[in-house]
Amino acid sequence: MSDISRDTMLLTTPFHSRVEAMCDLNDWGNWMGYTTPNAYFDVELEYFAIRSTTGVFDLSPMNKYRVTGPDAQRYLDRLITRDVTKIGVNRVGYAIWCDDNGQVIDDGTIFRLDDQDYRICSYQRADDWLAWNTLGFDVTIENESEAVAGLAIQGPTSCTVLTLLGCTDLNQLKPFGIAHYTFEGRPLMVSRTGFTGDLGYEVWIPPESAEALWDQLFELGRDYLIKPIGSHALELARIEAGFLQANVDFMPAEEIVRVGRSRSPFELGLEWLVDFNKPLFNGRSALLKERAKGSRYRFAMLDVEGNKPAEHSFILKGDQQVGTVTSAAWCPTAKANIAYAQIEMPHGAVGDQLVAEIYYQRELHWTRLLAPCKVIDAPIFKSPKRWQTPAPPH
Amino acid sequence: MTDYDAVIIGAGHNGLICASYLAKAGKKVLVVDGRAEPGGCASTREFAPGFSVSDCAQWLSQFDQSIVKDLDLGGTGLKLSEQKATISLQPDGDHLILAGDTISGAGIDSADQAAYRDFKNMVRTFAKLMTTLYRGRPPKLVEQNWTDRLTLMKLGLGLKLMGRERLQDLMRIALINIYDVMNEHFSNAALKSAIALDAITGTNMGPRSPNTVYSYLHRVTGEHLAQTGTTQVMGGMGALGQCLAAAAEKRGATLRLGSAVQAIVKTEDRVTGVTLASGETVSAKLVISSADPTTTFRDLLGYHQMEAGIAKRVEHYRTRSGTAKLHLALSALPAFNGLTAEQLKERLVIAPSMDGMETALNPMKYRELSQLHTFDISIPTIEDAGLAPDGQHVLSAIVHYVPYAPDVGWEAGKPQLLRQLLSELEAYAPGIGAQVSASELIVPSDLEASHGMTGGNWHHGELSIDQALMMRPFPGSTQYATAVDGLYLCGAGAHPGGSLQGLPGRNAAKEILKRGALS
Repeated sequence: MSDISRDTMLLTTPFHSRVEAMCDLNDWGNWMGYTTPNAYFDVELEYFAIRSTTGVFDLSPMNKYRVTGPDAQRYLDRLITRDVTKIGVNRVGYAIWCDDNGQVIDDGTIFRLDDQDYRICSYQRADDWLAWNTLGFDVTIENESEAVAGLAIQGPTSCTVLTLLGCTDLNQLKPFGIAHYTFEGRPLMVSRTGFTGDLGYEVWIPPESAEALWDQLFELGRDYLIKPIGSHALELARIEAGFLQANVDFMPAEEIVRVGRSRSPFELGLEWLVDFNKPLFNGRSALLKERAKGSRYRFAMLDVEGNKPAEHSFILKGDQQVGTVTSAAWCPTAKANIAYAQIEMPHGAVGDQLVAEIYYQRELHWTRLLAPCKVIDAPIFKSPKRWQTPAPPH
Repeated sequence: MTDYDAVIIGAGHNGLICASYLAKAGKKVLVVDGRAEPGGCASTREFAPGFSVSDCAQWLSQFDQSIVKDLDLGGTGLKLSEQKATISLQPDGDHLILAGDTISGAGIDSADQAAYRDFKNMVRTFAKLMTTLYRGRPPKLVEQNWTDRLTLMKLGLGLKLMGRERLQDLMRIALINIYDVMNEHFSNAALKSAIALDAITGTNMGPRSPNTVYSYLHRVTGEHLAQTGTTQVMGGMGALGQCLAAAAEKRGATLRLGSAVQAIVKTEDRVTGVTLASGETVSAKLVISSADPTTTFRDLLGYHQMEAGIAKRVEHYRTRSGTAKLHLALSALPAFNGLTAEQLKERLVIAPSMDGMETALNPMKYRELSQLHTFDISIPTIEDAGLAPDGQHVLSAIVHYVPYAPDVGWEAGKPQLLRQLLSELEAYAPGIGAQVSASELIVPSDLEASHGMTGGNWHHGELSIDQALMMRPFPGSTQYATAVDGLYLCGAGAHPGGSLQGLPGRNAAKEILKRGALS
């Protein structure tokens, strides 16, 4: 990655020189061992860039693993819970993978680059688990995390900006599609994927071209109000759009120390990603048992009354504590107070009326609020632009 | 409709016993094995013209009496020798003799005898408790059902009834090593090393390795299971194999020998049969493997056909072995210093001091040949003359510590090791080298090839607490049912583990019938 002048405990991404220059707030966080900005200039304004114009998020710290070899597809098909054969070449699939106990290790995206050539993009480091999974398969796993830099370019004007950059006919690219371009003689891969629930792309480029790409994007996007966004703004957008976050909404099963703290796909509302028609995948036996026996928890999206985010709240049903909140935010576009909660079965079905026990503080004065909330069946923010092809002009 | 209710992989003693119990219950069972003779490790083979030997296991000391009774093996003409004493050979010819609970020679005094009786009483108490556990399926500690809870309650009661002092002893020594336990109980060096040898036989461990107390207690369970002491099977171990094969066939099981299983067939999400080397596929409701877990999962089923966590468990399963066999064809009865001709029929062991044994282990760890070995010797022809031409003899010895793959390679290593072993024997039996008309050295990799045991480990996986009881062979595949639907284990890699005792085969059959897995 880029040069650093002294030894630091955190690494920097290939975009760091540019990120640092634009980080007016100098507000940094540690994301998986990398120095990344929590916010550049104003969380709300950054958030509105995602929703109204274009927001640029440096996602280089994401882990990227290249999977190649004659058994690449069979390998992935056993690894993930969905049917990998349904992902065509130059397509991306959202996927989760479980351990043998049917507990979710991580979620991520599977990029199919060629017939037997895939890339896994995951939140967690997965070297050990992916290596164990190679037993019995003619497959090679390469950790490409440092060889591929990435930016999420999200929002209504994102297609236009990228087209100006030279991504010809990008508006024809379908959601979860992949297109290949060159930038300064180096391969530039664009996928119509993202974490914001709106029209948006992720671009992948060798680190050598990272800074130039950033410069050109911001140069060309100036008239389209392109803005860099930090992790806080992205957090708002992803909660509004209904995306789960590893280490926040669930604990990766491989990192669990205490018994019972991991979660199954059923318990995270991700059963739609599990394909029991496949005769074999990691966790299948355990998940079949769970399906028959019932789960311990249910993932619920809550529409909470009032405007106080239900962060870290207990969820009550009458006097009984039935759950806890994992993510919460006041969502500016949807104008709704949303919380994700893990609710003990049998509570938490859609329509269930619950109470969030919210504590908030103003000038050292703590207030306890019992906010009624309702379990809703879908994310509160829905943008038709996310699914439209050709991508709509702004 | 399947061809059979169950296909059993391997016609070793466990496979045959499992087949007998299932066939006895009216199930249609096929046993397949690549070897031409039944019995697996209970086998006899001509290793030189006119000279035959039990080419894998050579002593019978743990075979469970309940199996003898259930399968009516008493009436099959199987002949065993009288109980053998163990004579631990000493360089000065003043040998240590262990006969039942009596010890003599090698400077043993009355204090040693009293200590030995106390020690035997203690280990017998522990082994009795283990025997109870061995005769049933191992209880699960979590997700248990009533059967498991009952087993655990019985175990708890058994522990309680041992009394406070015994329980403290057990808790204290269960996880330590035989070296420390020997030093606590005895002062006589010959006695310590003779007992320590029993703790390391068939394993990859030295006297100072943790788990050697467990492996010793495992061996002592034989006093409750077999109640015969150490004996020799007339006609060689193969006679036991033949007898068990006959018992299985008599109850209706079909045997196909010389017909190796090439692969376990999985259709959709369960095991449905096996493919033979001939290409033929045999279908069955269940496939029950008496092959070791590594062979079963890695080689026959294939890692790509199971969830990754199982493959990981199999890879971690320890199957190394430091055990070799030495077979000598002798032109005449050898003469051992300090032994009468009559005594040569006993079990003769050469166990250097415990420190010597530990030292002998070291080169093996680094893939080198050792300069010192232990011997567990049988001269079967004294009681069973038919194994050799008139007046001539066979010497069979279990030898430790021999590496699986020495850096020098076996082509160069074998002659070197053979010379070394003969020179070590020569010190106790001067002139034996000149009597050798033919010899054979079976190293762990040979045992692996001839008997299909991964690593040449004749316990089908190290005998250690982390691979025993409710963890044998590994969590998720205990109680004979594996984590793969339709695939069961009935070999020594399943509870209660190795040695010729037959309990894995018997317990597996009982568990399968109890579960109604074949109904």
